[in-house]
Amino acid sequence: MLSRNSARAAQRLARTAVRQQSHIQNASRSFATVQSDIFKPTKYGGKYTVTLIPGDGIGAEVAESVKTVFKADSVPIDWEQVDVSGVESGSPGSLEEMFRESVASLKRNKLALKGILHTPISRSGHQSFNVALRQELDIYASISLIKNIPGYNTRHKNVDLCIIRENTEGEYSGLEHQSVPGVVESLKIITRAKSERIAKFAFSFALANNRKKVTCIHKANIMKLADGLFRSTFQKTAAEYPTLETNDMIVDNASMQCVSRPQQFDVMVMPNLYGGILSNIGAALVGGPGIVPGCNMGRDVAVFEPGCRHVGLDIKGKDQANPTALLLSATMLLRHLGLDDHANRISKAVYGVIAEGKYRTRDMGGDSTTHEFTRAILDKMDTL
Amino acid sequence: MLSIRAVAAPLRRQCLATAPRAAATLSFQNRRFYSDKVAKFTGVKGADGRYPVSIIEGDGIGPEISQAVKDIFEAAKTPISWEPVDVTPRLVDGKTTIPSETIESIQRNKVALKGPLATPVGKGHVSLNLTLRRTFNLFANLRPCRSIAGYKTAYDNVDTVLIRENTEGEYSGIEHVVVDGVVQSIKLITREASERVLRFAFQHAEEIGRKKVRVVHKATIMKMSDGLFLKTARDVAKDFPGIEFDAELLDNTCLKMVTDPLPYNDKVLVMPNLYGDILSDMCAGLIGGLGLTPSGNIGDECSIFEAVHGSAPDIAGKGLANPTALLLSSMMMLRHMGLTEYANRIEKATFDTLAEGKSLTGDLGGKAKTHEYAAAIISKL
Repeated sequence: MLSRNSARAAQRLARTAVRQQSHIQNASRSFATVQSDIFKPTKYGGKYTVTLIPGDGIGAEVAESVKTVFKADSVPIDWEQVDVSGVESGSPGSLEEMFRESVASLKRNKLALKGILHTPISRSGHQSFNVALRQELDIYASISLIKNIPGYNTRHKNVDLCIIRENTEGEYSGLEHQSVPGVVESLKIITRAKSERIAKFAFSFALANNRKKVTCIHKANIMKLADGLFRSTFQKTAAEYPTLETNDMIVDNASMQCVSRPQQFDVMVMPNLYGGILSNIGAALVGGPGIVPGCNMGRDVAVFEPGCRHVGLDIKGKDQANPTALLLSATMLLRHLGLDDHANRISKAVYGVIAEGKYRTRDMGGDSTTHEFTRAILDKMDTL
Repeated sequence: MLSIRAVAAPLRRQCLATAPRAAATLSFQNRRFYSDKVAKFTGVKGADGRYPVSIIEGDGIGPEISQAVKDIFEAAKTPISWEPVDVTPRLVDGKTTIPSETIESIQRNKVALKGPLATPVGKGHVSLNLTLRRTFNLFANLRPCRSIAGYKTAYDNVDTVLIRENTEGEYSGIEHVVVDGVVQSIKLITREASERVLRFAFQHAEEIGRKKVRVVHKATIMKMSDGLFLKTARDVAKDFPGIEFDAELLDNTCLKMVTDPLPYNDKVLVMPNLYGDILSDMCAGLIGGLGLTPSGNIGDECSIFEAVHGSAPDIAGKGLANPTALLLSSMMMLRHMGLTEYANRIEKATFDTLAEGKSLTGDLGGKAKTHEYAAAIISKL
């Protein structure tokens, strides 16, 4: 019998050997597969600790609503709230400090519910914290669920699509320079490894959620190398998922199809910038950013945030915000933790209140305040 | 000061034609490039009292819809003589070029109308549209979208005007593979090209009587490149005190336009290349597709007006094609040439015919042939 030490040493050797071998076989597979990305969040005393980043604008109000609803349903979650903000105020160093704290908190807890952080336009302003967070923690996939809410009619019916967006490279690389005054270059980076990772994620997501079709959105007719690589990687990966229907579409055509015949889409996967555009078009189809939930998946962490990222500085503090998007994102978080009972009860209550139509916030054509809407959800939950 | 600028202007123009990059630094020092009107039509009438216009009939359904436009123009007695030209690509030294007679014709006439072209499949071909754009330095793409009364979509009364920078940005074509599996694609924004398209946008707003110009950007993320575009816009706006200027984040524009496009009916939107490409097609989607939207490619010397839809080889020659997009583009051309009355007359006849709904082509749910639809418009003239 081998001693424990030597066994461990042998294992280590075997592991490096395997790693090297796979490295030689396929250099592009440097990232872990989706299957190995499953992670365990921290749970002490039967309760999970989850980072809560309310964000700027309407963030504080809608986060309050989520906290109230969770408390009423006795959800076993302790919030670790980090009030990081992207709005400049007071000392310049404090923003950065809070941001570091939120990163640390996320690294500890692996899970977060997050609102949207404001990003200034001015060049002297800081980089987008939303983007920095995703890059720092390698939160590579963003999911927006665009679906008509029963009882709330918009211009388009039977919309049910899902936008999966690469979150860490592409146009948001942040690499820019001025060659000479008046001439600026901005780099868009597309890598095979990250394209493969997001394609795999999209296919796995489609399988897990019983979806039938995955559409790759690109502009490979113009950006032949960059988007060409994204598309060809998608097509190669697609071969491993023969049960799913796949196709690809140019981004301008996809936008046009989205506003005229959105019913044709199921799961869509795309580079960073196109995701921003299409998630906004998609949100507009079903009733705005207030009702679109979403989440961001990384290798180690999962961040649940509204699927259509709007800060809402204009209606901040007016008690007008619609908490639906954050509430539904929070139920996604509950399902992620396996707390399906809580998730079902809360989402049923939210959908129920909207379907009845008595209490709706202003963006949905009603005149209820955030508090009244939340109250209605609580009342609804009592009856379930 | 003013006189110096007047003298300097034509000189700078020459610089632009010969060495645009060198001119860029010049423009930075002088702050402004165009003291004159951008893209003014300079064509002259021929001996027969008509303006000659080059026409590229295009592939597939191109000849049919071009014929419809020609018939309608003839009936409206527009002072235009058509000069058919051929753009079948020739591969010279491995580069796609268009025949030199065609280039000369368009350069002489300053204006052209173009039907749909089928991009030849195969490597080494740059799309013909891109070739034309580069050959004539067509820096702005003008894309108005207006709801057609006879064709119902989810959106009513849409009337947007969108201007897209056409020469650089994300479509600069500068790309390279850094190492295997890592690609860099460069988005190029220059003050020179930005100023040119922005000036055109403000001028166009004045011409069509809109009081607001809005820049669509993503300067929160692309702080330098879109930031430069935005800053240039602020500078240019100072020269147009009669026009209200503001800026909007791309995300917000997408969201608001699809939610409710009506607030955009009093604005001219201007944006870099990729955003313009996506948003202009999205606007077309709001009103029923590319078959109903005109497009104009505006250049300093020449301008080309075109139908942006495909060449539809499957229905070519059957008389089923809808010539509306090309017809609307031709009206945009007439307005560019200063022949506004003719444009208004034809436009009214067209919209009346569409609203009446009696002789619509198959794509709009009617049964009429291309020539019957044209005849209906002619009878309204």
